[in-house]
Amino acid sequence: MNLRKVAVVGAGMTQFVRRAKETPQELAYKAVRTALDSCELTLNDIEAVCLGTAPDSFDGFHMNGEYLSQAAGAFRKPYMRSFVGGGTGVFVPIQGWYHVASGLFDVVLVVAEEKMSSYYPHAQAAFLTIFDHTIERPLKPNLLWIFALEMNRYMTTYGLSKADIARVSVLHKRNAADHPCALLGDTTITVEDVLQSETLAWPVQRLDVSPISDGAVALVLAAEHVARRITDKPVWIEGVGWCLDTAYWTNRDLAYPRYVEKAAKMAYEMAGIKEPRKEIHIAEPYDPFDYKVLHHLEGLQLAERGKSIELYLNGDAERTGNLPICPSGGLLGVGNPIAAAGLMKVAELFWQLRGEAGQRQVPGNPKRGLAQAWGDLMQVGTVIILGR
Amino acid sequence: MEKEVAIVGIGWEGFQPTSSHYSYKEMIYQAAKKAYHDASVDPRKDIQSFVTVAEDFIEGTSIFDEYTPDQLGAALKPMHTITGDGLHGLIAAYLMIRSGICQIAAVEAHSKASNVKTLPHITHYALDPFLNRPFEFHPDFIAGLEMTRFLHVSQLRPEDCDLIVQKNRRNALNNPLAPYGCDYRLSEIQDGRPVAYPLLESHIAQPADGTIVIVLAKREIAASLSSKPVWIIGVGWCNDAYNLEYRDWGDLPYVTRAAQMAYRQAQIQTPSKIIDFAEIDDLYAYRELMSLTALGLVPKSELSDAIRGGNLYPQGNLPVNVSGGSLGMGNLFEANGCARLIQAVLQLRGEAGKSQIPSPQVGLVQSWRGIPTTSAAVVVLAVS
Repeated sequence: MNLRKVAVVGAGMTQFVRRAKETPQELAYKAVRTALDSCELTLNDIEAVCLGTAPDSFDGFHMNGEYLSQAAGAFRKPYMRSFVGGGTGVFVPIQGWYHVASGLFDVVLVVAEEKMSSYYPHAQAAFLTIFDHTIERPLKPNLLWIFALEMNRYMTTYGLSKADIARVSVLHKRNAADHPCALLGDTTITVEDVLQSETLAWPVQRLDVSPISDGAVALVLAAEHVARRITDKPVWIEGVGWCLDTAYWTNRDLAYPRYVEKAAKMAYEMAGIKEPRKEIHIAEPYDPFDYKVLHHLEGLQLAERGKSIELYLNGDAERTGNLPICPSGGLLGVGNPIAAAGLMKVAELFWQLRGEAGQRQVPGNPKRGLAQAWGDLMQVGTVIILGR
Repeated sequence: MEKEVAIVGIGWEGFQPTSSHYSYKEMIYQAAKKAYHDASVDPRKDIQSFVTVAEDFIEGTSIFDEYTPDQLGAALKPMHTITGDGLHGLIAAYLMIRSGICQIAAVEAHSKASNVKTLPHITHYALDPFLNRPFEFHPDFIAGLEMTRFLHVSQLRPEDCDLIVQKNRRNALNNPLAPYGCDYRLSEIQDGRPVAYPLLESHIAQPADGTIVIVLAKREIAASLSSKPVWIIGVGWCNDAYNLEYRDWGDLPYVTRAAQMAYRQAQIQTPSKIIDFAEIDDLYAYRELMSLTALGLVPKSELSDAIRGGNLYPQGNLPVNVSGGSLGMGNLFEANGCARLIQAVLQLRGEAGKSQIPSPQVGLVQSWRGIPTTSAAVVVLAVS
């Protein structure tokens, strides 16, 4: 494919917190301000704005995109909000990519925001209305229950233990201790802590799950000829892929995410990647639950089915390992303001590939990284590959 | 004229005040089937990307995009939702094709307005919670304010808006898709219930159910899929101030900017000379007049003459909403832009039946997301 080259040239984010004092607009504004400052641009340089935010019910706004428009820098500019549930955070830079790659724009702002604390008493209740109104809602399922089903299926299929899976949560929360915006960084956490935590819906326990959070992230994307004027270190978007499976999740093989595989293969083909395990140097797979990382690594073709846990058991997943996974600390450690969490992963790749990740920096000058998000009814995969 | 992307297939279903006998999924399936047949494509083999437009609160389902793929044949395919008007979705598909990531894409927009029982309450949640919600005004009151200001700055009278209602609802009588066709006398329109003076109930488009699917293709393959490809020669979209108090109530700068962007791309210097007909937003009758000025088609000072002199009628120099517009076809929420667009495609293909105007070459489509937004999109279409 002969596509227009698009680079990430700036990134910024707010603190991820449990209950932000800022309004959703203020969170979006702060992320945008930091991203623009990072590449010394102003809103006058921005030609269009792409926004991502997950369900309106979290922020408590109908047409949440309209509410956030001005704060996201879209006053009197072309502006669109894209949406693929939890996958939105990695989709919104893809949306930004096609805005620039279309040739209509040279500099585009990408913003993701989520304020889940507005939902009272708990954001989990917003998920009661995501299910099919006729065949599922009468059963009153919530999100934790269906993921407990999926985790159980995954563990049973491959004979994995809770103690092994807990290693994921431990590594990510320890990584997050080095992230200045993290909510749940913890250098002392152990597998035992995860196994002792409150059971929410067996086999899911509290420390297997990422926290409800508030936050926002923004990126600045630019076409090649502009990117080289803005920065000496553009980070290129080399591949994008996304895939949405059927709404009938009960008919799906819960042990393997085919939609993630399809999204990944689309992105690998665009990036010309034949051997992902060799050619991807950093992975930021979506980790709202610890088992999901393993699930996703397999869908992304970065591990054999049922074998991804070995990356954690043999140390490959650590920052100093062969395939550092979630060096940011991921959703389990940095926090999970849904759309913003996905975009945080893309921002992390940007900083890692530029060698600007501070204490989180992966050694050895990594050249290429992958971020992935997932959402809806265990249904959508969004994948982006960045390289320098 | 740029010919990068063409519309090669359209399909629709519904356009009725209610549709109690089938679900939104069944209605979308019907529209998709027709659009794919029109474009001679198989969604599973030929279409590489899908876009839906929808808003959760209107659908009554959180994360509504979960329920979008199956009825379109899009399961396990690249698909995403744009929370915007159908024209925003169409533009997203257009951008993807231009980027090279896909060659054929489909866009779906729908309205199941008859399922929405509390629209004013839902719209209330779109307002700023601190500065605007506490007033607890009805959404139509915002339209009434805007209408008052617009009539003042343009020196029009409410009767000019009555003429728009009369024109569009009469036009709708010639359109088999329009449920609100009616041959009103002006006095009947003026007898409408006052909603927020000078806005009358008769000035407001009534809700309708309907689904639309549109297939777009890249230049190289468009001709092989359709004998009458309709080219997208310009697109533009824009947002203005979110908060009510920051807006310019007498003008629509966001429509102007969206139009200017589209005209620039289509290399149109004098739109009123190039554009043969327009299918534009008329959710409220005054908005048609307001948009005509913002689009650069009729100067503010000539609006009254344009409507009273017959210029905007099907036989005039600039036929506007020959289909009946939203006043005649109903308010289809996020599907309004696509409803306007398929009527423009039918006109350009010469398939508009009794509504057909003589051999149009260039058509303009414009949409607005409705109260309380300042979100507009413009698409310029052409044949040959």
